[in-house]
Amino acid sequence: MLSFVSRRLATGVGLIATLAVLTFFFLQFGVSDVAQRIAGQQAGPDAVAVVEERIGVDRPVIVQFGDWVGSALTGDLGRSWFSGQEVTEAVMSRMAVTVSLAVGSVVLTALLGVTLGALAATRRGWSDRGVQFLAVLGQAIPGFLMALALVLVFAINLDWFPATGYTRPSESVPGWLLSITLPVIALTVGSIGGVAQQVRGSMIDAFERDYVRTLRSRGLPQRSVVFQHVLRNAAGPALTVLGLQFVILLGGAVIVETLFSIPGLGPLALNATSQGDIPVVMGIVVVTGVIVVLVNTLVDVIQAWVNPKVRLS
Amino acid sequence: MSSVTPAAAPARRTGPGLFLRLLRHPLGGVSMLILAVVVLLGALAPWLAPFDPSATDLHMILAEPGPEYLLGGDAAGRDILSRLLVATAFSLAGGLLVMAVAVTVGLTAGLVAGYYGGLIDAAGAWFTALTMSLPSIIVLIAARSVMGPSMWWTMAIFGLFISPVYYRVVYTSVRSVRNELYVDAARTSGLGDGRIIGRHVLLAVRAPVILLMSGVIAAGIGMQAGFDFLGLGDPTTPTWGQMLNEGFYNINRSSNLVLWPALVLGLTTVALTLLGTALRDELEGTGDKRHKAARPWALDQEVPADIDHGDEPAGDALLTVRDLAVAYPAGEGYATVVKGGRLSVRRGETHGLIGESGSGKTQTAFSILGLLPKGGKVMAGSIVFDGEELVGRTDAQLNALRGSRIAYVPQEPMSNLDPSFTVGHQLTEPLVKVLGMKKAEARGRALSLLARVGIPDPQRAFDSYPHQLSGGMAQRVLIAGAVSSHPDLLIADEPTTALDVTVQAEVLDLLRDLQDELGMAILIVTHNFGVVADICDRVTVMQKGVMVETGATRAVFENPRHEYTRALFAAIPQGAPRSPLPGVSSAGSLGAGALR
Repeated sequence: MLSFVSRRLATGVGLIATLAVLTFFFLQFGVSDVAQRIAGQQAGPDAVAVVEERIGVDRPVIVQFGDWVGSALTGDLGRSWFSGQEVTEAVMSRMAVTVSLAVGSVVLTALLGVTLGALAATRRGWSDRGVQFLAVLGQAIPGFLMALALVLVFAINLDWFPATGYTRPSESVPGWLLSITLPVIALTVGSIGGVAQQVRGSMIDAFERDYVRTLRSRGLPQRSVVFQHVLRNAAGPALTVLGLQFVILLGGAVIVETLFSIPGLGPLALNATSQGDIPVVMGIVVVTGVIVVLVNTLVDVIQAWVNPKVRLS
Repeated sequence: MSSVTPAAAPARRTGPGLFLRLLRHPLGGVSMLILAVVVLLGALAPWLAPFDPSATDLHMILAEPGPEYLLGGDAAGRDILSRLLVATAFSLAGGLLVMAVAVTVGLTAGLVAGYYGGLIDAAGAWFTALTMSLPSIIVLIAARSVMGPSMWWTMAIFGLFISPVYYRVVYTSVRSVRNELYVDAARTSGLGDGRIIGRHVLLAVRAPVILLMSGVIAAGIGMQAGFDFLGLGDPTTPTWGQMLNEGFYNINRSSNLVLWPALVLGLTTVALTLLGTALRDELEGTGDKRHKAARPWALDQEVPADIDHGDEPAGDALLTVRDLAVAYPAGEGYATVVKGGRLSVRRGETHGLIGESGSGKTQTAFSILGLLPKGGKVMAGSIVFDGEELVGRTDAQLNALRGSRIAYVPQEPMSNLDPSFTVGHQLTEPLVKVLGMKKAEARGRALSLLARVGIPDPQRAFDSYPHQLSGGMAQRVLIAGAVSSHPDLLIADEPTTALDVTVQAEVLDLLRDLQDELGMAILIVTHNFGVVADICDRVTVMQKGVMVETGATRAVFENPRHEYTRALFAAIPQGAPRSPLPGVSSAGSLGAGALR
């Protein structure tokens, strides 16, 4: 088990390293005039040279990258070229907001997706068709359009929730809950469908399994076979989908955060990339990569725990 | 799009008939109509648009819909209708570009990697992992800082980013096709790789590639709209996302601006997704078609009377099956798999139900248990167990008999144990939940049963998962589970077929010993005369769903009267003992050779 986890993590580290290299050298193409933009359009060549020296772009790219790697390994992701803020601190505090949105959304997705999928699989008939239709609809409508509709109806027309803005949980817990309700719903709607479909499919598949018939032949009631055996065996594939959804949710959060003016990773990423603020972009890419690798490893570990064939080999 | 599993399922026709079938599909027809309208509007936008989409008119800022601007004016005084039409063209083009790039890259890479393997294979897997570990929007935003706000670049990169969707599907299909015999045959007959890929491999991936198209276009349009909604798009190419962006920032001044682009965008993506569902239904035949047979069920012909040797020993019948008919919905009507005949099992008797595969013997067994596979139904006849009629009982009523009085041993031991639970759990769960034992008591009973069925280390087997057992062990576990409640009737469906020859004899011996101990009746379903000869007191022969001959094993063996029974005997290889006495020969020697 331990070697399994470390193998997964090693692959993850390789992936993050690749991401870092690709992003860094790719971004070089877009930053030729960054020092000029930092110094201001009126600044003369001398002032620009000073800025270039301060942010270190006067050195060869490979040296810059080596420098970045060196300090990144110690946890220091440098400072923003534009605001001078510490990247590690900025990314971490904003990542906390984004991850809380994504986690809330994954939890909601898991609860509703499994419930709806199980309902569709066990009831079939009309509830099945209804769930399937909703799932398709949820997947079809782009997340930000859903967010837009939610804002229009629940924030602007009904005034139940704040339309934009974010309250930190340290300021007011109810205020925080109110401010993340609409964003979390907007993120969740699209991902429930995928999970529900997966749970439905693997449960229907499990129903036709030989062992279910054998368990029923022992006199076990349908209910206990469904909830203990069928659901347990359907859990593996559903988990995989849920893990994939997490990455998609992180991406969706970028748009939803901008729409709701939530100070998460999204607005930061937008800002930094349009300015060509390489240290911030690198920080976002690397931290996102780390979180995704951690989540994927966690999914694999749970997967192994659910599936004895994996656990014991 | 992430829930699309790479399916190499055999596809149905993809030819021109597909289009007509889609039109007739309830979702397919409507979504194709919507898409046709949207595409037509987009394609004709330059001619349909009444105004220049970027011409501003200060008098028309946020104008209400009127005779001049049919849908009103936007915040810069431009005609919403004209902008909407042109935006439709650009948005659709963006979606198509994503699809084109994804198909080209994914298909090519998948074909090459799947067919040749090696380096490209490794690179493909690596790129797939990379795209799955980073939200695509972050990549697109980063790309924008390099490429500038060009819609075409953004969409091309997004197409590249989601090409693994195609790559994986094509790769899986090619891998499975590559090892098919007909591809080997093509290779040995001297066809070049290019011809093989073109003729055989492309044919196999055509269906999944078509299937994913609408979903990928929808994803592209959605992503593009989201990207432009963030204000990252190219201001010179109006799109739905840009119109939504402008509308959203003026939402307090007019909700008119958001309405139209939101409507067209939502309708288009929903129609594309529904079209994908319809395509899947038609290509893979997974449609939720209710199998409601149009014609009522009826026996297609009169069932001939069975030949009864009439040598029944005295004793009361435990199970009597009469004129049983089992049918499955098929096409317009029903396929009747069991159609009549008589079967009677006495207390303590071992009764063989023999016939070739497809003769309906297993279906008969499942009917008695009330566990017919999905769609199967007892249409007529009666099943009387210990004086109680079982046909027409509810599942809950049957549940009271199952496990406690009627037990079942399946054919294939490995697939009949739940892979996620230990053997011990699966043995004790029914004892606790059905028979109401205490946990410790159930555990004791399970362990002693495991020892009784000849498992050398019961405690270890108890703690094992099914995949840690051999087939013979697993079958012993299933027998232990079946007899754990001391049933009156044990239904064993081909209990030895999946086992090694040496194990077969041991399992039959075990069944015989358990029967002596517990005094239960056994109905053993088999295609093997060796098994019948070995342990059955009486035998019933089944052919094409009809029970044709029944009698004491010795009588049927010595004097088969029905032509089918005689044919079955003739099929036994020459030199094999033709009418062994019950219990004399070993099932192992005859069992393997008799009818295989």
